[in-house]
Amino acid sequence: MTSPDGNLFQQQEANRRRTTWLVIGFVLFFAWLGFGGDFLWALEGRHPFPWLGVILTVVAIIGVRYAYKTGPQKVLWATGAHELIDPQTDAERQLINVVDEMAIAAGVPRPRIWVVPDDDPNAFATGHDPTDAHLAVTQGLLKLCSRDELQGVIAHELGHVKNLDVRLMTTLAALVGAVLLVRDGMGRMMRGGIPIKGGGGGGSRKGKDGGPLLAVLLALWIVSWIIAPLVTQLLAFAVSRRREYLADAMSAQFTRNPLALASALEKIEAAAAPTTSIKRGAAHLCIADPLGRRFTSREGWLADTFATHPPMSMRISRLKGMGYAQLKKEGGLTV
Amino acid sequence: MWLLLIVVVIAGLWMVGAYNGLISLKNQTVNAFKQIDVQLKRRHDLIPNLVNAVKGAMNFERSTLEAVVQARNQAVKVNASGPEAMKQISQAENALSGALTRLLAVVERYPDLKATGNIGQLQEELTSTENRIAFARQLYNDTATQYNTKQQQFPTTLVAGIANAAPADLWEIEEQAERAVPQVDLSGR
Repeated sequence: MTSPDGNLFQQQEANRRRTTWLVIGFVLFFAWLGFGGDFLWALEGRHPFPWLGVILTVVAIIGVRYAYKTGPQKVLWATGAHELIDPQTDAERQLINVVDEMAIAAGVPRPRIWVVPDDDPNAFATGHDPTDAHLAVTQGLLKLCSRDELQGVIAHELGHVKNLDVRLMTTLAALVGAVLLVRDGMGRMMRGGIPIKGGGGGGSRKGKDGGPLLAVLLALWIVSWIIAPLVTQLLAFAVSRRREYLADAMSAQFTRNPLALASALEKIEAAAAPTTSIKRGAAHLCIADPLGRRFTSREGWLADTFATHPPMSMRISRLKGMGYAQLKKEGGLTV
Repeated sequence: MWLLLIVVVIAGLWMVGAYNGLISLKNQTVNAFKQIDVQLKRRHDLIPNLVNAVKGAMNFERSTLEAVVQARNQAVKVNASGPEAMKQISQAENALSGALTRLLAVVERYPDLKATGNIGQLQEELTSTENRIAFARQLYNDTATQYNTKQQQFPTTLVAGIANAAPADLWEIEEQAERAVPQVDLSGR
């Protein structure tokens, strides 16, 4: 009972801090891309003022602000979710009730509820903090889960909301999206024949007066451009794995029923079809890896690097362990 | 001399931190208690509608329905304050919970009833109402336990007096009837 809640404050603090660092790192990275390019250009004796650096840095700052502000909407929009305001079916009424109940148990305001029209069971939460939170579930989840199991899943998501995981993860999702967008744009520009990197002519001159330093810098700079999306992806992977265990534990704390979440996870695992409406950029937000990647089912360094989620079997066995301990305690009380 | 000053400053800073921590927990506890009230009020307002909705379909279980209405009216009437308030409120509300759980068990026993009209919805509403209250109590008990533990633990206990911290009562299920409810459900099948 005390384990997840005891360090809630530290968790929130850590998430605030990491979000700040993420944003700073993002801007610095773009500044490097820009000013690095200017430096290379200057070495070739071109323009004196670092236009590229200034422009890219400003773009990055504006982009980050925009990504942070609109992150939740963008994530929801990308999944095609629609908000559930006026429930029509019994399942929708039940969903609203369950979210209400779990918000009470977690002691947070009720988040806005969204439904993703997808038959694969999955759920995610997004937003900046508990007063501005969104919780989305797929139609498949509503169909598949019993009331108790739904409670477990919703409580897991509210755990992410309460300890501010959503802030970090949503910002990251928005930045991953931004980087992918920039990468695609750059690719199109280069293919379109605009010689940003001074390809042909610069190459010969560099051979004469730039020396190896320039070549190394140029290589480093180009590599940075290429690996930018990969780095943000790796960040997304690293950021989310440990959080899933913690959110599972918080769910158990809110519902006092870890076995229900375990059985929900088993069902979700069994229906392992990829959740097609959830794109790569938002995968780390979900309760189960929507891409159905094979890394997710394993342990080891490869999985540690590339999986957004811990192995489902580990999560289930941990939850069952909690449930067993609880049963034993309750049994001891009545006897 | 300097050493003494440093020690005093550190002790002072620690006291401010511990004091503020206790006050924060105290307010959380008060707030969590208010949340229980909100949910109880919600249940009181809901029950007349619910009973009206099933009256027609449930001619044969009159007594169960009447027990619910009676327990509800009892619970609304409780208007105590002071140290006895919590005990009285919790007794009345536990009686109401027991009556509602019996109603749920009855609905559960007649599958035909579940199929007719809005009984299915009624069942969902009842379940949710009871869950809300249970979870509000759970949050209150968790927060109060944290608060109680903090003010009793050394060294925070040293500032507990300054912060006017007193142990908060936990919300307990004492009613025998409520504990026995699951048996009703079992024998019904």
